[in-house]
Amino acid sequence: MSALLEGLFSGISIGSVLLIASLGLAIVFGLMGVINLAHGELMMLGAYTTYVIQNIFKPLGEPWFDFYIIVALPAAFIVAAIAGLILEKGVIRFLYGRPLETLLATWGVSLILRQCVRSVNWLLVISVGVFCLLFFGGRVLVSRRLDWEKIKNAVTAILLPVSTAIAALAGILMGSVPALSKAWFSARNVDVTSPKWLSGGVKVLEFQMPYARLFIIGLTAICLLAVYLFLNQSNWGLRIRAVTQNREMSACLGIPTAKVDALTFALGSGLAGVAGCAVSLLGSVGPNTGQNYIVDTFMVVVVGGVGNLLGSVIAAFGIGTLNYLIGSGVFAFIFSESDAFKPLVDILLFFATSSMAKVMVFALIISFLQIKPAGLFPPKGRTAEL
Amino acid sequence: MGSKQEIEQKQRRKKQFAEMGIAISLLIVLSVLLPAVLPAFQLRLAGRFFALAIVALGLDLIWGYTGLLSLGHGIFFALGGYALAMHLKLQLPEGQLPEFFTLYGVKELPLFWQPFHSFPVTLLAIFAIPGIVAGLLGYLVFRNRIKGVYFSILTQAALLVFFNLFNGQQELINGTNGLKTDTETIFGVLVSSDDAQKAFYVITIILLGLIYYLCRWLTSGRFGRLLVAIRDDETRVRFSGYDPTGYKVLVFAISGAIAGIAGALYTAQTGIITPSFMEVPFSIEMVIWVAVGGRATLIGAIIGTLLVQLARTFLSGNFPEVWLFFQGALFLIVVTVLPDGIVGWVKNQGWKDVFAWFGYRPRVQTYPSLEQDLEVIKEKQDILGE
Repeated sequence: MSALLEGLFSGISIGSVLLIASLGLAIVFGLMGVINLAHGELMMLGAYTTYVIQNIFKPLGEPWFDFYIIVALPAAFIVAAIAGLILEKGVIRFLYGRPLETLLATWGVSLILRQCVRSVNWLLVISVGVFCLLFFGGRVLVSRRLDWEKIKNAVTAILLPVSTAIAALAGILMGSVPALSKAWFSARNVDVTSPKWLSGGVKVLEFQMPYARLFIIGLTAICLLAVYLFLNQSNWGLRIRAVTQNREMSACLGIPTAKVDALTFALGSGLAGVAGCAVSLLGSVGPNTGQNYIVDTFMVVVVGGVGNLLGSVIAAFGIGTLNYLIGSGVFAFIFSESDAFKPLVDILLFFATSSMAKVMVFALIISFLQIKPAGLFPPKGRTAEL
Repeated sequence: MGSKQEIEQKQRRKKQFAEMGIAISLLIVLSVLLPAVLPAFQLRLAGRFFALAIVALGLDLIWGYTGLLSLGHGIFFALGGYALAMHLKLQLPEGQLPEFFTLYGVKELPLFWQPFHSFPVTLLAIFAIPGIVAGLLGYLVFRNRIKGVYFSILTQAALLVFFNLFNGQQELINGTNGLKTDTETIFGVLVSSDDAQKAFYVITIILLGLIYYLCRWLTSGRFGRLLVAIRDDETRVRFSGYDPTGYKVLVFAISGAIAGIAGALYTAQTGIITPSFMEVPFSIEMVIWVAVGGRATLIGAIIGTLLVQLARTFLSGNFPEVWLFFQGALFLIVVTVLPDGIVGWVKNQGWKDVFAWFGYRPRVQTYPSLEQDLEVIKEKQDILGE
């Protein structure tokens, strides 16, 4: 009884981490068809935001420190959403309808973000600031001229190297100041101390349920509910769904599709930030934290089917539970009581480690896709595709 | 008319001769002159670069021509590498086991190691195993008309699965530590000795030439045109009575086999094969080589690989922090500004666009035949009333 309960709880708790991580992805991928390989790095930004907020609250003392997580959650959401907005406006906007290119571009962004976290210091911030000031400021100044459209490309081609050179020069000149060139986080992992009320756990039938896990399950439920209500009850949610179904028709009816895209992407990114905050409670976070989640979350979206939240929920809990049950050898244990299943038990024992469980789950996913190639809930429509 | 055809044929033959001459002289320079000039260490580095260029050729075949972006070529690369490494590990007196087996208490050689005693079987395995694995994976995926980004994600997941499989199996394949080939012998010669390395280098160059011609032959005839058709409009290919599945499986298998050959050559010149060749970043990096050189141009794949690898060696040696920034920026640039890569830019005479930004527009082409046409001249005169 206790083993079963433990399996169920662990499956749900792994599934809820998967779900909260893939919720934002499901929205961005499902609604916009954009593969965002930088999703994991947006999670990492959320986790680092939590770390910063925690450090701000630390000197305030005991009663305040316990509630930093309440500040950290919206902060992580906002930081990741802003990063996502910049990403959308700067890169992805130009690549709609070219999913493979988007995939590569977001991978480039994820590399930059990873290195950014490692080597960010005041020097880098100042240099980037100088560059933005010169480049975008220069463009704004020149754009007042009447022949702007004609000279646009030439101005960009001149401004880009010039402002890069000046920014680099400024960076090198100030490089001698040690206070400026000290890295904020360094390449090592950082630890987020969870507040006191989240450490420990509740005991049910000689089995410990950690509060942190329960908190993540609750957070996932709240996020899911909020997203569901937003998409189905609010005006912007209606617009997002309209653009998802038929972009051209929505634009004809006066829906600002560019704004809807930006909003959707920011929402998905913000959810990644919240997920990052949740993940930071489970263990230390580092520049490569996002990479651990990216493939699993994509599997959730692929199995769940595009553009359907329910599919993502079922897929996340299904994959999470299977992963746990195979990895911990529960299946092998169940079958081991009778000798008739001996070969099966041997096979199951072979897969009874966390890394080998992934191999088995992937094989199951591939065989599942043989039956339902478009996931649990395929989008309905009459096309020759699929 | 006959004379015109003759002239065309003559020109084509001339062009072929010129190309042949360039190719052969390049081959001689690379395989005879370079080994004589370069010191041993640099030669080994160059050999590795050319081995990677072979993977890029295979990747170009499926991405540039067929439009399938594989993010899992590391699997096939590593499989080829492991096949060679296992053969080298077995260069022992009868009855002895590779030393790592004793560490884990393995008394008997595992069954799948047995065939690698023989050299011809190993040579076959180097390209047959990756080819078969690729074909199988491709068949399972393409059969269900899964394509585009779904295919990319599934190949990435498969990559992670193979990584876990090899990483977790300490007793069978030495897990994380990988198989070291530098200290083994091949035909009685130490693999890491200068002579052996020189031989591997020359083999790499020759195979690069052969595979280049294989890819050219594949992409030039009917088969090649069908691949491009699948890339541009698969639905129409299907409606024209072809079944794209078989062609896609075949080309994916060929590409996997090519990656396997490259992996074996790379392993021999690196001195070790570990599961880290199956990490996600390495496989995506392969894509950038092709993209930088230019998709759907075979020579571009080779040029791109060499350039990016040179930049990598230089940057990660001198400014390790900059390398990831540079790589990320490369992804963004290739996707947004240079979609055709370097070779495509030169082919399309992209510098003319740059000149045009600064006001030096190329002269509009005229049609001399029209200006000399009597009827047109007469019409013009009629209109002008002369």
